[in-house]
Amino acid sequence: MADIVLTEAPAAARPRRLGAVLPVRVAYAMAAPAVALMVLTVLAPLAVMLAMSFTGYRFGEDAVPFVGLDNYLQLLNDRTFRRALFNTFAYVAMVVPGSVILGLLLAVLIDGLNHGSRVYRLVFFLPVTATVVAMAMVWKYLLHGTIGPFNLLLVALGLPAIDVFGDRSLALAGLAVINIWSLAGFNMVLFSAGLTAVPQDLYDAAAIDGMDDKLDRFFSVTLPLLGPTMMFVLVTSTITAFKVFDTVAVITRGGPRGASDVLLYTTYLEGFSYFRMGSAAAMTTVFLAIMLVFAWVQARVLDRRVHY
Amino acid sequence: MSAAVEITAIEKRYGDTVSLRSASLSVRPGEFMTLVGPSGCGKSTLLRIIAGLAPQTSGEIAIGGEPVDHLPPKARDVAMVFQSYALYPHMTVAENIATPLRMRELPRGARLPLIGRLWPGVGERRARIREAVGRAAAMVEIDGLLARRPATLSGGQRQRVALARAIVRHPRVFLMDEPLSNLDARLRVAMRGEITALHRKLGATFIYVTHDQVEAMTMSSRVAVMMDGGIVQCASPAELYADPRDLRVARFIGSPEINVLPIDALVAANVGFAPLAAEWKGAAHAAFRPEALSLVADAPGLAVACRVERVEGLGHETLVFLRTEAGGHPLTARLPVGAFALFSGDSALAHLTPDDVLLFDGAGQRLDRRHVTPTGGYAHG
Repeated sequence: MADIVLTEAPAAARPRRLGAVLPVRVAYAMAAPAVALMVLTVLAPLAVMLAMSFTGYRFGEDAVPFVGLDNYLQLLNDRTFRRALFNTFAYVAMVVPGSVILGLLLAVLIDGLNHGSRVYRLVFFLPVTATVVAMAMVWKYLLHGTIGPFNLLLVALGLPAIDVFGDRSLALAGLAVINIWSLAGFNMVLFSAGLTAVPQDLYDAAAIDGMDDKLDRFFSVTLPLLGPTMMFVLVTSTITAFKVFDTVAVITRGGPRGASDVLLYTTYLEGFSYFRMGSAAAMTTVFLAIMLVFAWVQARVLDRRVHY
Repeated sequence: MSAAVEITAIEKRYGDTVSLRSASLSVRPGEFMTLVGPSGCGKSTLLRIIAGLAPQTSGEIAIGGEPVDHLPPKARDVAMVFQSYALYPHMTVAENIATPLRMRELPRGARLPLIGRLWPGVGERRARIREAVGRAAAMVEIDGLLARRPATLSGGQRQRVALARAIVRHPRVFLMDEPLSNLDARLRVAMRGEITALHRKLGATFIYVTHDQVEAMTMSSRVAVMMDGGIVQCASPAELYADPRDLRVARFIGSPEINVLPIDALVAANVGFAPLAAEWKGAAHAAFRPEALSLVADAPGLAVACRVERVEGLGHETLVFLRTEAGGHPLTARLPVGAFALFSGDSALAHLTPDDVLLFDGAGQRLDRRHVTPTGGYAHG
């Protein structure tokens, strides 16, 4: 008996498992289309851009002279570029706290409503769905120095008119307000989703433990439990703010006198107005490096630290 | 420290739905009072009203003789343990337990995260809190877990943390909302013993909500059975079992469930019961516990003709499921092992002593035996 079992076993008992076992070659072949697409649409352009940043290539010319790190060294001393970099960081520093705090405030206020929370959510989310360029035109008109309703109101109240986009010290803040307006609704929706995940029992326990103050409860329960949401919102808001371009291009064109010049707009001018592709590629690389830092922060530090 | 809890005519309505109707209950100082009932009977709502987490529509709550209806939960000097444990996930075990004390003892500035540590002049109070946390943790045997976060603990450990958070402040009243329902069966039995031990140690008033009649029967000084938003009967576990005042209570308490027969199915269909017809007049239902039935041929009592449907041996006892020959009503008999030799389909005579029968009227109210005149002896067999 034992002999029979032993001799038959290898033939009958082929390893059986759920799911197909594919030869390595077939597996690679099946992944190939996706890989090809990724290389063609993302990696290859990136490599071309990186290579171009080491050249003095000008749009429309045949020659592609290699210049090494010259483009990057020039950026270090380029006043326009440094101003754009500074403006971008200043812009991010206004938009991120503004849109995150406003979004959180809206979410918490709406969460506390018994009726009408859907309507409020819809209303505050509308700016997110609007076309940025069209909205930029509307804002430009609203805040126009002479014919804008905002200034007509100020003048009617006997106050001096404010030309937001004509004033060097206000232009960037004006653009930031528009971005806060459109981003707060998006952040609100994210926070609202985070709030629904906070169990009611915790608020009950908090009330028993002595947190009958709304502020106490917000800072001891709501905010800590929104930690994961908060980190996600912070990172996405930062990346969105860094990518500011449309409103600058439509409303101020970087002006007045470079006061609202931001990274992407400067890059755009460098490449497509002055046709200095090599230099523009170097700027893009710098921009990409900054984005990578944020992507890395999101992927590593946050995922590990803010989960309970 | 313990306090009496006086619940007077509490009513709770949500729009047209009535969740509690005129619930009244006196909980004595230091008592372990269990509110038990099927889901939706309003027991958790009543507990939340006592805690101050939900306002009542009408009625009054007094703790230690003082009305507390106007007070927020914090000022009622109660602690609560939740079914979901409701631990703060972002805090360590020690911070969780310390929260009730921190909220009361430390000024707002000192409670702020990070910079709160720098707040001057509260060092001594902080040390006291740490000490109290250590004592509470030791009491429920989690002193080794103080630095962990709730997510890294097992269900039983989380429940202990919730208990420690409740006892750390030495409140006068403990409110527990199904604290064992999320634990597995073995752990539940162990924690049952620990909570009763804790009650003895602390001497505080416990109000414990559960849907599990075994928990109610094993842990409580007294049990209040709730049905449809009202308290139907409040008595000691033994009294509830032996002397239920309402048919619903009789059915809810005890497992397997009490046998209930329409009077006619018992008296008219079994000749032995004929002498009782006059005595039991006015009763609609006769109810008797499974252990009141005997299947031994020469057992004392009156015979009820039955057919055996199913036999379940449980090791230490045997349950026999029967149907009456007249009307096919189900009966359950709880017998000691080896007290019979019957199989499915057999017909059998179940013997029942009339003294073990509880009589209920058509509305399910208990009829007291004292109201009927005894007829003397009854025939055996």
